[in-house]
Amino acid sequence: MNYKYFPHTEEEIQQMLDKIGVKNLEDLFAEIPEELRYRDKWDIPEAKSEMEIRSFFNALGNKNKQLTCFAGAGVYDHYTPSIVPNIIGRSEFLTSYTPYQAEISQGTLHYIFEFQSMMAELTGMDISNASMYDGSTATAEAMLMAFNASHKADTVAYSETLDPKIISVLKTYAHFHGVNLTAIKADNGMTSVQDLNEQLATGKVAGVIVQQPNYYGIVEDFTGFADACHKSKALFIINSVASDLSLLKTPKEWGADVAVGDVQSLGMPMAFGGPYAGYMCCTEKQMRKLPGRIVGETKDSRGQRAFVLTLQAREQHIRRQKATSNICSNQSLMALFVTIYLSVMGKEGVKEVAQTSYDGAHYLCEELLKTGKAQLVYERPFFNEFLIRIDHRDDFFDKAVAAGILPGVKVGEDQLLIAVTEKRSKEEVDALVALL
Amino acid sequence: MNNKLYGNLIFELSHPGRRGYSLPKNTFGHHEIPSNIKRSTDAALPECDEMTVVRHYTNHSENNFGVDNGFYPLGSCTMKYNPIINEEVAAMPSFSNIHPLQPEHTVQGALEAEYNLQRALSALTGLADFTLNPYAGAHGELTGLMIIRSYHQSRGDEKRKKVIVPDSAHGTNPASAAVCGLEIVEVKSTSEGLVDVEDLKPLLGDDIAGMMMTNPNTLGLFETDIPEIAKLVHECGGLMYYDGANLNPLLGVARPGDMGFDVMHINLHKTFSTPHGGGGPGSGPVGVREDLVRFLPKPHVVKTSEGFTTEKGCETEYNVESSHVSTFLGNFLVSLRAYVYILTLGKENIKMVGPLATLNANYVKECLKDVYELPIDVLCKHEFVFDGLKDKSTGITTMDVAKRLLDYGYHAPTIYFPLLFHEAMMIEPTENESKETIDSFISIMRTIAQEAHDTPEIVKDAPRTTPIGRVDDVLAAKHPVVTYRQMLQEAQ
Repeated sequence: MNYKYFPHTEEEIQQMLDKIGVKNLEDLFAEIPEELRYRDKWDIPEAKSEMEIRSFFNALGNKNKQLTCFAGAGVYDHYTPSIVPNIIGRSEFLTSYTPYQAEISQGTLHYIFEFQSMMAELTGMDISNASMYDGSTATAEAMLMAFNASHKADTVAYSETLDPKIISVLKTYAHFHGVNLTAIKADNGMTSVQDLNEQLATGKVAGVIVQQPNYYGIVEDFTGFADACHKSKALFIINSVASDLSLLKTPKEWGADVAVGDVQSLGMPMAFGGPYAGYMCCTEKQMRKLPGRIVGETKDSRGQRAFVLTLQAREQHIRRQKATSNICSNQSLMALFVTIYLSVMGKEGVKEVAQTSYDGAHYLCEELLKTGKAQLVYERPFFNEFLIRIDHRDDFFDKAVAAGILPGVKVGEDQLLIAVTEKRSKEEVDALVALL
Repeated sequence: MNNKLYGNLIFELSHPGRRGYSLPKNTFGHHEIPSNIKRSTDAALPECDEMTVVRHYTNHSENNFGVDNGFYPLGSCTMKYNPIINEEVAAMPSFSNIHPLQPEHTVQGALEAEYNLQRALSALTGLADFTLNPYAGAHGELTGLMIIRSYHQSRGDEKRKKVIVPDSAHGTNPASAAVCGLEIVEVKSTSEGLVDVEDLKPLLGDDIAGMMMTNPNTLGLFETDIPEIAKLVHECGGLMYYDGANLNPLLGVARPGDMGFDVMHINLHKTFSTPHGGGGPGSGPVGVREDLVRFLPKPHVVKTSEGFTTEKGCETEYNVESSHVSTFLGNFLVSLRAYVYILTLGKENIKMVGPLATLNANYVKECLKDVYELPIDVLCKHEFVFDGLKDKSTGITTMDVAKRLLDYGYHAPTIYFPLLFHEAMMIEPTENESKETIDSFISIMRTIAQEAHDTPEIVKDAPRTTPIGRVDDVLAAKHPVVTYRQMLQEAQ
């Protein structure tokens, strides 16, 4: 045997088997019917040494192409301060689990409390949970929260201006949970107020979901939405890009009951789709309906301030099928990522990131329009991402990729959704424009 | 543990005007954000210099306990060693610096890794294909149940809305079923701790969508009647779901696909060594038998003659072949770590995982069963459950024992689960633990049993050596303070 992850010597194995009272390791599985045992060779490769692993994954990684990124659509190439990956790699954080034993988990419990506090600050909401899997599933959980909170209304309405990837997840969860999910029409790139009001008038709507900025990068005007929802006893749910909230009107200011979204934009590597984390915040009124872990302040037996998992009466291990959700973990390490990111960027840094991204996107848009080969699809206020129609879009896209630039995300036949972050230099932006 | 530097929140270290970052000069020219879409006040985030932030979190890390710190016998959580090489690969920019919506020809390495992991998981479990999209075990359960419902719906069989769950099941099973719109029917355990086949029979009928099982179950016992149970459930038209939380002892020994299971999830953060990260990110891949592959959520990685690609779902309408449970392809970097682990172990070593995990668990059980109550005295698999101390006269509870273990530098076992026993203490040492580590744990467990008899107050008051003492759960729940802003308001 003598394998690096197994400490047992032959002699120790024998001593342990003797204590147990069986002859060999095989006998430890004596109760498993023989026809259920697997006796063939395992159909996986032979063991690789660490050096072989390194060269194997270097070669595999080289089959990927790292591109200068102007793509967004929910995932943004923001800057990561060096201290963040370094600290979240500390094994006391990395190799621990859910902080059930509060006395030896104050590190985790502290940062989750800080995370909750920071997300509450960014969204303006009263309460935050300890994080969710991602932005799409957090939105689906908000949908279920609205549906389950209402006794009569069976419908949740989402705006067609939501990211289609989020809509797909909503449709799946709604189908199985029995939520009647309806679309609120888009009107020139924004949620149709008329359609919203017509749907609310049915009295069947338990929740309304909108996105800010929406899928097309447009900053929508939600004035009056919250009042309309609340008059019809529907929860108003806003999905926002976390980093933009440092400058944008908050979900709270728009009157939201629940604020959700993905935290990837807070400096997290794009990582081909994950891991990221979702956030989920709400008003104090909705607190006991909130799914997921929540950390709260308390005191210990010595009278010190301490932190602990709380409001667990909502959760699956106590409530089983009556729980607010089946979720039993958070994306804890990614919540730590966000907490350190927001600590080091701080109050000013997050604004500077958002403003630079906003300026870069508006500069790029102006430059593209100047070429005469591009037109904005919607003449609406946008933040750091915009939808633009490009002449010979596919040729332009391929030319850019060949030049090492990811020029955006294709939408429809002739449009591109383009995002700019503080990581893009003016030279890179100009290089993209020059390809058009 | 770091007693001296216990306590601050980063907000309390903040001083207006301090900076912890540097960004390049903004050369795009200022563009004014319209005032009607701007927030009225700044988010009250901390203002700290870089070193203050580094020290704060470094000190807090010392108030934590991970697998790298010491023995972590948390039952059902499989706290095995998280190899450092996994982290090194996951940090490679060639994997971490790619956008999920890049053209597929620019991400062939990532797709190949995902595809090969899907194949390896199939080989190790005996199921036809896997999705890596679910983000966690509970998410995998939900996805698996969706697949079971999709199967019935695709045959027009709408009345199957009940799922059978053993009374020993993880709490997530019934919760996932409820989110999936299914009703739960509970089947009892026998006094031997196994699913009661006689109790199961009357529950079966044409309203049963399927049955969820953990095997070995939460008592660490192999469900020897599984062939008959699978046959009965299949005969009534239901499907068998395997909760992979306890897969570790079977790794290299037996495959759920050979036991009659049709759908299963795996916790990569348990069996496949990816770090638990304080509660996530994990990953809950779901595997299915051949005829259910079309119900796997989209996008799904496949191999074609031109390379690796993804099957996409329908964007406009939901249908059974177009379900979505994640934004992209799941927690990619977690999948990548699991793939590194499998390639590192290889076919030669993977077959030792289950046997050594099982050896360690049975050894602990045998060495302690004279002082701790062992309700079911048979061979266990990777874990087993004590029902508190054998001597009940001392008044020392499982909670007390757990807290006293912290004083001695061990993580506690899972306590008060499963619900079958009042003083449950679920112990899972993994295959990575050496005999001397386990022997020290055994010796400390015996010391605590002795203390319970001689000096019970020491055990009752534990822990003493940790940065904080026992916490007041009731106070936290009765009067919730969950943000710094609320804390400040309280103080006023």
